[in-house]
Amino acid sequence: MKITEKEVRYVADLANLKLTGEEIGRLSKDLDEILTHIDTLNELDTSKVQPMAQVLYDAEENSTLREDRERPCLDNNAALANAPLAGAGYFKVPKVIER
Amino acid sequence: MSAISSGVAALTIQDVRKGLAARDFSAVELAQSALEFAQAENSKTNAYLHFSPERALAAAERVDRKLKAGEDPGALAGVPIAIKDVIVTKGVRTTCGSRLLERYIPPYDATAVIRLEQAGGVILGKTNCDEFAMGSSNENSAYGPVKNPVALDRVPGGSSGGSAAVVAQGTAVAALGSDTGGSVRQPASFCGVVGVTPTYGRVSRYGLVAFASSLDHIGPMARTVPDAALLLQSIAGRDECDATSAFAPVPDYIAALNGNVTGVKIGLPKEYFEGLASETGDRIAKGVELLRKLGCEVREISLPATKYAVACYYIIATAEASSNLARYDGVRYTTRVEAETLSDMYRATRGAGFGAECKRRIMLGTYVLSHGYYDAYYLKAQKVRALIADDFRRAFSEVDAIVAPVSPFPAFKIGEKIDDPLAMYLSDIYTITGDLAGIPCMSVPCGKTAEGLPVGMQILTKHFDETGMFRLADAYEKAGGFAG
Repeated sequence: MKITEKEVRYVADLANLKLTGEEIGRLSKDLDEILTHIDTLNELDTSKVQPMAQVLYDAEENSTLREDRERPCLDNNAALANAPLAGAGYFKVPKVIER
Repeated sequence: MSAISSGVAALTIQDVRKGLAARDFSAVELAQSALEFAQAENSKTNAYLHFSPERALAAAERVDRKLKAGEDPGALAGVPIAIKDVIVTKGVRTTCGSRLLERYIPPYDATAVIRLEQAGGVILGKTNCDEFAMGSSNENSAYGPVKNPVALDRVPGGSSGGSAAVVAQGTAVAALGSDTGGSVRQPASFCGVVGVTPTYGRVSRYGLVAFASSLDHIGPMARTVPDAALLLQSIAGRDECDATSAFAPVPDYIAALNGNVTGVKIGLPKEYFEGLASETGDRIAKGVELLRKLGCEVREISLPATKYAVACYYIIATAEASSNLARYDGVRYTTRVEAETLSDMYRATRGAGFGAECKRRIMLGTYVLSHGYYDAYYLKAQKVRALIADDFRRAFSEVDAIVAPVSPFPAFKIGEKIDDPLAMYLSDIYTITGDLAGIPCMSVPCGKTAEGLPVGMQILTKHFDETGMFRLADAYEKAGGFAG
């Protein structure tokens, strides 16, 4: 077993996902299979390889830096328009801090 | 109107241009016919999730005004286009195929959408897709699967299944899809249309809802190679809103379609042909034979890291996705499941909102990034990604283009593979390598199987050589390659 149900619960917690018991069982099996397949990467010696974080191609240094100038940003109403709950110009969430 | 009703389903961009110039129809008349046709036909495939008639007619009116005033209406003037529902459209619902965004109305437009409309394009509506572009069959949409217009009991491929289906069905002249691991090319191959994944950074990702940022592309889908090239021409180029968009000038793709492919060196990677289902392999062998007749020099090459691509991809893509999808937490994006505490609200909202495939990928991505596993998985995958990119770099020092299959098999039956996620992931093998390397690649139709199912042939070239890729694909199309 590459991953136990206990670990699946722990990861779900990190990912902020509420899962049913059935989902946890299913995910344990699926992740175990996928992680077993992923183990094939260990056949490769990558000790001398530089990691590739992004697709790179030839360009001038700093060419992605743009001029720093003001632009209008999204207005408050537009930004809040899709909020499930908003008020007084803010997103509203369940109370976090007790008085 | 007669010119349109005789075949809105078969129009090309070229036909639209001629029709408008000859006053056979106005842009508004075309938009109305196309919308009517698309709405009437949609129940057959479920390819559109929603239509944008107001926006379409406003765009068409602008084109007609320009034509009347003798101004240039743009390269895509009046062309009915569909947009995958992971690309945001201001004022037009954008769901990403997810319940979580059922009522999401974006406050801004994606750069590609702005550019399409600036070129005179008419956006008919938004197309169905796998939830957050995660899937290879379109069965992961919260709004039901898309049916393949070629064979209605089969999947159209994914994740851009809706975009491929509308182009195949004729309910749009062209469409935009998105590709992270093959999501443009694989559905294009399943539906028998042209699908292009440009060089990473060639098209701005601004307004493409993020799945895996180092792999995400917007790509055009169309019925002909020149149409796909024209679409890319209109949306490509540097955009300040996407720092990863490339500065490289955008060449004139259409001017490069001169049919001359004599002496073009083509590599067939042996790793892509081992164990390929015989009928798909046969179709592609025939396509290669045609390229040879056109004067191309064909040779076998090797891309040795290929067998590690799926494992590499499903680490990188899920890691990035787990981070990108963290934003759907019940605070900003329309859907919330109420709970006593903030953290319970996050969990309940995400637990109820995401479908099974998204949950699987969020879980895998969170796991590989979690404490103690980063080096073993994510860093390892980044190194393997470098090896895969190196394979291509080496290959392109020997050949001008690579020809390969798109998918190991043609469109499968709806429901046939949904219970085996690993098998579904493994079937992405031929398309994910191009995304990992960031090179341009496309799928062109390559005949059909005995059952009448389309097969796609993939063409890959080096970074920013969309020109060479289109020239080869266009010569192949003009020589009758699409029919096989």
